[in-house]
Amino acid sequence: MNVRDALNSALDEEMSADPKVFLMGEEVGEYQGAYKVSKGLLEKYGPERVLDTPITEAGFTGIGVGAAYYGLKPVVEFMTFNFSMQAIDHIINSAAKSNYMSAGQISVPIVFRGPNGAAAGVGAQHSQCYAAWYGSCPGLKVLSPYSSEDARGLLKAAIRDPDPVIFLENELLYGESFPVSAEALDSSFCLPIGKAKIEREGRDVTITAFSKMVGLALKAADILAKDGISAEIINLRSIRPLDTPTINASVRKTNRLVTVEEGFPQHGVGAEICMAVVEESFGYLDAPVERIAGADVPMPYAANLERMAVPQIEDIVRAAKRACYRSTAMAATA
Amino acid sequence: MASSFLSSGIIQPLPLRSPDKPQPLFDHLKATSTFLGSTSKIRSVSLSKPNLPNPHRRSTVVAVSDVLKEKKTKSAASSSHLLITREEGLELYEDMVLGRAFEDMCAQMYYRGKMFGFVHLYNGQEAVSTGFIKLLKKEDCVVSTYRDHVHALSKGVPARAVMSELFGKATGCCRGQGGSMHMFSKEHNVLGGFAFIGEGIPVATGAAFTSKYKREVLKEDCDEVTLAFFGDGTCNNGQFFECLNMAALWKLPIVFVVENNLWAIGMSHLRATSDPEIWKKGPAFGMPGVHVDGMDVLKVREVAKEAIQRARRGEGPTLVECETYRFRGHSLADPDELRDPAEKAHYAARDPITALKKYIFDNKLASEAELKAIEKKIDEVVEESVEFADASPPPPRSQLLENVFADPKGFGIGPDGSYRCEDPKFTEGTAHV
Repeated sequence: MNVRDALNSALDEEMSADPKVFLMGEEVGEYQGAYKVSKGLLEKYGPERVLDTPITEAGFTGIGVGAAYYGLKPVVEFMTFNFSMQAIDHIINSAAKSNYMSAGQISVPIVFRGPNGAAAGVGAQHSQCYAAWYGSCPGLKVLSPYSSEDARGLLKAAIRDPDPVIFLENELLYGESFPVSAEALDSSFCLPIGKAKIEREGRDVTITAFSKMVGLALKAADILAKDGISAEIINLRSIRPLDTPTINASVRKTNRLVTVEEGFPQHGVGAEICMAVVEESFGYLDAPVERIAGADVPMPYAANLERMAVPQIEDIVRAAKRACYRSTAMAATA
Repeated sequence: MASSFLSSGIIQPLPLRSPDKPQPLFDHLKATSTFLGSTSKIRSVSLSKPNLPNPHRRSTVVAVSDVLKEKKTKSAASSSHLLITREEGLELYEDMVLGRAFEDMCAQMYYRGKMFGFVHLYNGQEAVSTGFIKLLKKEDCVVSTYRDHVHALSKGVPARAVMSELFGKATGCCRGQGGSMHMFSKEHNVLGGFAFIGEGIPVATGAAFTSKYKREVLKEDCDEVTLAFFGDGTCNNGQFFECLNMAALWKLPIVFVVENNLWAIGMSHLRATSDPEIWKKGPAFGMPGVHVDGMDVLKVREVAKEAIQRARRGEGPTLVECETYRFRGHSLADPDELRDPAEKAHYAARDPITALKKYIFDNKLASEAELKAIEKKIDEVVEESVEFADASPPPPRSQLLENVFADPKGFGIGPDGSYRCEDPKFTEGTAHV
């Protein structure tokens, strides 16, 4: 099952289970979704529950938030999360803060979902990771699936959750297939929000990643294994709340940490993870924490520059070796 | 100043539809959904009738005076020529006096340091809140701005709960977590005061969307209406246009109420807006646009009645521009140096409370003693609200971390592997969050 179908089936099942759930966004209906995630839903649920909106993010996001205030469970699709910038006032000020400002009277059960992170060749305004942006805001929950199982289990959890959830997908993963267990295919399947998954156990170094970077980290672990380094790969799944106990337990075992993310380095997810480890497991660290992040520049367009601007498998391998005090080759010049 | 449209009274460029002769804008779509999520049916219709003109273009602009004349003759046929009954008159008077007295008390309390931050008072605009909100049912929604105290009061939130909120006390309508600009009451369907220009409009449109969804998808018996209040400054913000479009497109049960008090802080409406007649933007989006004297509660009420009924009947949104004036500065922190004293005097002479009082006396709806009794009662209510707020405790420390999430598991898992919120000491401090 590929990630696209996993998301589609999760939406389908949750819409079928609860008539208060509806999907709105640009091209989600007749076009079947800009990335075909909502394929078939218009036919099944009709235009009342699969709403094609005009290109007005501030307006329709606010409408979704208002609908959630008043008893519905909207799923708002952003064609990409870059467009959520147009609506960030409603995500932060209207959705995230209302339960608090109203002292619990107005909860906002809403999901904002869509592709996030670097796509390919689309330039600076369309290639950006928002995990750290939304992860810094109290009142929001931020999820980022990697596999098909993640996509199904986390999206279903997000829709059932009583709070606003930012659901960061990745365009480049939509077509990727993963084996899915029978349990994960059951319509009652749901993953807990706030719990990371150890994708691969290891002894020598902990590597944290989310979304597409989990795949790169797993490939890096294969390469490291050939050099006799056993890497433990943690798929964060949830950016906020962050599963710091799982990360700390792993670091206490491996004594080394490499964080991987696509976003900008400063004030990023890696910085937060590093702090959580310094606070709780400082004495266990045998090496400086390594941070692999996107380059601190707007995404360049040229293919060679773009490749340099996002983390690559060899970057992760090199950082893990440094953390294990193994000699490393210099970064290849492009 | 705004005299070019001061005298225009009520202008109704699209005829408000009467219930006995329904003429929905999109009647050729009736077979399908008015959500217009799918255009497949529209395409087939327009293909079969390629020469069908755009229904918007066909609507003729009707001079408002004609509509009003027609209405007057109709209502003259009924027993009374009065716009309100005695009971209604007293209810409106009480609500307006409450709004005024409450806000005057807020100013006193602000200067005494009992409330803090930005406090925006409603003095002068009472006819709008009262004229509209007193027509609502409890289930109907109100979405306001940062100038939200009086909307909450009109909708039935007790004065003591609003005052206590302003004092930042645990007994406030949001337990002191909202403040002056963020009044919420789920019980009264006050869906918030919003501190940013334009922010409340999509939220209100979403509430109206919910009413329609409840009726059409959940098959609930629901004819609830939402009122979105906002000012002239907001009408140059994109969210206003985005939501006029979607509300008309989906025929949502909402009334967009512009409280045009002519000034956005220190920016004159005429200096900020290419076409200052805001009501005209209604017809541009395919909904009626109405201009009304916002200093006259009875005129506001007449227009509001029609707009609210239209929304309740499922005929879609209306844009109502109420021309009003605030008697105080933008907020209590505003020195209010830019508005011309002559302009202020002009509107002060048109005080909506005085005007209603005159109507009540002229038509012998109540005696002076009766109105005095109402004023006395309101004074006591407001005094009591202050005493209540003053005597109320501040929020306890344990409240700091409450309500960040509806599900506090959102705080994540603690070092011991259990959810942080399950630790009984969790809310006592922030150090380990």
